[in-house]
Amino acid sequence: MDFTFNEDQQAVLDAVKEFCDEELAPRAQECDEAGKWPAENVEKLAELDLMGIPVGEEYGGLGMDFLTWSAVGEELSRACTTTGAVFGAHMLALAPIMMFGTDEQKEKFLRPLATGEKVGAFGLTEPGAGSDAAAVATKAVEDGDHYVLNGTKIFISNGGEAEIYVIITTTDPARGARGMTAFVVEKDTPGFEFGKDEKKMAFASLPNRELIFTDCRVPKENVLGRRNAGFLVAMRTLGVGRIGMATGAVGLARAALEAAVPYSHQRHQFDKPISSFQAIQFMVADMATEVDCARLLTWRAAWMKDQDMPFEKEAAMAKLYASEVASRVATKAVQIFGGYGYTREFPVERYMREAKLFEIVEGTSEVQRGVIANHVLRELNK
Amino acid sequence: MNIVVCIKQVPESTEVRVDPETNALIREGVKSIINPVDENAIEAALQLREARGSHVTVVSMGPPQAEEALRQALAMGADEAILLSDPGSRGSDTLATSYALAQIVRKIGDVDLILCGKQAIDGDTGQVGPGLAERLGIPQVTFAISVEAENGKLTARRVLDDFYEVIEVKLPAVVTVVKQANDPRHPSMRNVLKAKRAEITKWTLADLDADPKQAGFDGSPTQVVRVWPPEKRSGGRKLDGSADAIADELAKAIGEMGLES
Repeated sequence: MDFTFNEDQQAVLDAVKEFCDEELAPRAQECDEAGKWPAENVEKLAELDLMGIPVGEEYGGLGMDFLTWSAVGEELSRACTTTGAVFGAHMLALAPIMMFGTDEQKEKFLRPLATGEKVGAFGLTEPGAGSDAAAVATKAVEDGDHYVLNGTKIFISNGGEAEIYVIITTTDPARGARGMTAFVVEKDTPGFEFGKDEKKMAFASLPNRELIFTDCRVPKENVLGRRNAGFLVAMRTLGVGRIGMATGAVGLARAALEAAVPYSHQRHQFDKPISSFQAIQFMVADMATEVDCARLLTWRAAWMKDQDMPFEKEAAMAKLYASEVASRVATKAVQIFGGYGYTREFPVERYMREAKLFEIVEGTSEVQRGVIANHVLRELNK
Repeated sequence: MNIVVCIKQVPESTEVRVDPETNALIREGVKSIINPVDENAIEAALQLREARGSHVTVVSMGPPQAEEALRQALAMGADEAILLSDPGSRGSDTLATSYALAQIVRKIGDVDLILCGKQAIDGDTGQVGPGLAERLGIPQVTFAISVEAENGKLTARRVLDDFYEVIEVKLPAVVTVVKQANDPRHPSMRNVLKAKRAEITKWTLADLDADPKQAGFDGSPTQVVRVWPPEKRSGGRKLDGSADAIADELAKAIGEMGLES
């Protein structure tokens, strides 16, 4: 077992850290308060070759692995949670096209996503299809060389800003999960419009929009994977997506911990820095231990993906644990900051609001527990 | 256009310590970086290349580990890197350094523009750029905030204390660049990986037909008599109490320092 990065990975991480410290972190608060798409940051990610880390060089990617992608994502989220979230949501379009795309689809859609020329997004969730992903009602009906899409997706991260969407539809509603089909849909396709951008508890600069399809004609060559195999596309995408969310949660938790520790040294009460009190020390110890556990779970899941091993259970564990750690650590960080932590002078109150997202998005904690339980109850039934 | 950028590897300034015995910088365990304003010189070269197509060569004189700084410059996008590393260069002052760099430029040959940072954060002399121009017998422009080159001519805007000065010179020339000139780019990951594998040309003084008497300690008339870090400020005295009490206390303290009231 080797817990070190190879030289290439380390070189990339060092360069990313420097970029994060100098460019992203100083403007993170501003990025959130702006309440608008962080276009400049996203362009920088593209310029720095960070939008297609695990995509092969033949399609304009960096040709590295998902472990590197996760380690980079953690740095981005630590520096700027919003930019990290965009980076994570982008993968939800990259991954299914990497896994299921034909050579033509990869040339046409994966390349611009990998170079960062275009941003990606993934549309599964609907008003009536959340945890029950097979309840998708967006219909795709065959018509000559096309499918005609009708329906509405909601809460779509990067929605409106992304140019390439992977959309999960039902082509055979009677067959439920076995009647779903995935499509690549490009922005500006007639009949594809954007609706409401949700006002949320946090992440004001991350769009979570409605995608509205009204007699939207999508060419047949845009079917991703086979017809009626869309549930598989969705599940495999969510597997990678869960590693992405775990990554973002670890980055956020680290940001909270790294804010709380220096503050605990500076803040004096009873003529001593509060870091000298065991109550604070134990909080810091728990926070650091949990962040480390969450990271190790996340990296293991990414590593298993890289080894082509089944990783569904491990990704669910990483996502479940890391998102709950993010909430706990951010809440403790606010506690360490005390009254100041509750103000908007410091970023920790934002981290606390942002952390909640990770326990809901990409499968709630309850869905993750269900996935894990299914595996464990089967594996250990001897 | 052939552009040469001269860079120096320096210790991260916040971590510098001085050996009280030898008066030399303690480099062990201190992170080395490209002299910050040299990054502006590299950026200026890359921008000129983007505007009109050029070949950018970064050069440095230093110990073998200065290779790291050159790799960073390659990661930023420089085309080629040359390191002059020779025990005979040890102890070079600005006179010897400008000599060695001039020999490098002569060996490269056919150079149109040489860019340097204004000065290094360790020595802080700002003499190497001008010295290099004198050695080569070509024009120099110091403290440039912007540089444009066209048809064998260069136009640079110099930043001075109270005003700007726009200067036009014939190429080849040496230009030293200030920090405000640009925002040095962060390297792309593709370039980071490429730079790791890049071949760095290594030259010795012998490769440059350099006169050993003009290099290193022998070529350096400067004597460093003593180097010392500024004295650490000891914590002052904190006065507490009412405004009146503090004022009295303060007046007394000033009186004790021997000042007339």
